[in-house]
Amino acid sequence: MSVQNLNSFDPFADEGDPLADNQDVGSQADYIHIRIQQRNGRKTLTTLQGLPKQYDAKKLLKAFKKEFACNGTLVDDEKMGPVIQLQGDQRSKISTFLIEHEVDKSTIKVHGF
Amino acid sequence: MSEPMFDPSLKKRKKKQVQFTVDPLGADADPTAPAPETIEPTTTDGTAVDLGPTTAHELMKQNGDTEAAPKTEEADDIKAMFGDLKKKKKKKEIPMDFGDDSGTSTPIPAGTSTPDGGEAVEDLDFSDLKKKKKSKKKANFDMEAFEKELTSGGAAADADDDVEPTPAVDLDDDADLGDDPFAQPSAGEVLASVSSGNEAWLGSDRDYTYPELLGRFYESLHLANPSLLSTSGGKRYTIAPPSIHREGTKKSVFTNVADICKKMHRQPEHVIAFLFSELGTNGSVDGAGQLVIKGRFQQKQIENVLRRYIVEYVTCKTCKSPDTLLTKENRIFFMACESCGSRRSVNAIKSGFVAQVGKRSKNKTG
Repeated sequence: MSVQNLNSFDPFADEGDPLADNQDVGSQADYIHIRIQQRNGRKTLTTLQGLPKQYDAKKLLKAFKKEFACNGTLVDDEKMGPVIQLQGDQRSKISTFLIEHEVDKSTIKVHGF
Repeated sequence: MSEPMFDPSLKKRKKKQVQFTVDPLGADADPTAPAPETIEPTTTDGTAVDLGPTTAHELMKQNGDTEAAPKTEEADDIKAMFGDLKKKKKKKEIPMDFGDDSGTSTPIPAGTSTPDGGEAVEDLDFSDLKKKKKSKKKANFDMEAFEKELTSGGAAADADDDVEPTPAVDLDDDADLGDDPFAQPSAGEVLASVSSGNEAWLGSDRDYTYPELLGRFYESLHLANPSLLSTSGGKRYTIAPPSIHREGTKKSVFTNVADICKKMHRQPEHVIAFLFSELGTNGSVDGAGQLVIKGRFQQKQIENVLRRYIVEYVTCKTCKSPDTLLTKENRIFFMACESCGSRRSVNAIKSGFVAQVGKRSKNKTG
């Protein structure tokens, strides 16, 4: 039988700054970010970042490409993880697509102008 | 390259409408028309952001001219009973009316048959959307208040008490931090029905409700100090629209960043960092304090981004006052409100994934 007070572990010990070695303080890691980037002329590029793990990015990309009739690719970024890139401004289409397929609306963040 | 400006919204207007329905500058606005003088307190995604406080004062003020509105709403409710199609239509409509027609109105004489209809709807679908329920409640409530006024303590008052679901202001949980335009007006409609001297509860045995007392309070406050009313109603948070010019074909110059930052009481660096991360570009500040942004941007587009900045980093989430201070402590930004004293942490500005655009040979790392 163990008595808590006799344990060697001190629950009241100072742990130091809890945020000290946490790189993403105040980050929005759990959001799905939909961004837009300008290319030359009036061309644009839409990126989707932060897709939850339970979704297969490859399959999603295929669905996007078919649904939006655009090309796209899957980029694996070291820091950001898998990112779906689509040609053209597909931001609103992506967000409606995701919402229709029961992704929580509050986790989707649409950026850009 | 023949078109004057980069503007995806010109061609793809239809698609944008979904997103920017409530934005006064958005899809509905003619892009060639001059932009309005001030930044309106709505965000691009449709939530109303009250930059100036909307108090019960204001509601009282507005009450006079919106008499007919609840009638249509009732009619809608009854219609909604009959088909899913109409229901769907209504769902879409609801977020668009910003309390300027239905919410702030005074109770009106409803047809004798309508109370049954309103009740029936309420009984039928409890599983419906929250927004819809709210409006039903409101319609129901209008009629009650009206009946109370008519009879002023007759036998009907007792019957009313049974129908009354929750007379208090329905502050519901889905309204994130008071962005719900419906929450406030429901307090307002009672205000109008109660005028000093003939309060509805005087004639009957029932207890007075909170909204009624609140209305009474504002009534007497309004009578005693008319000056209080005018100050709260007249003050709005306005910012000069950003002036964007083109420099060459690939850059835009944002000339009055410094002014806007000063008006918002924010560091220009913070604002600029936000702009760059949102727009997915970069740029620089030139000698005259102007911001040179890579890419083609229009005033409308920058304005949208600034509006989002104001929502996220300037207005207090608790009291909606723009009078806030942003300080950095241990790598976290905190926003402290000067008027209500609330303090909360805000998201750090972090630019996400930026795709490779342009020639690869120019990019040394890639």
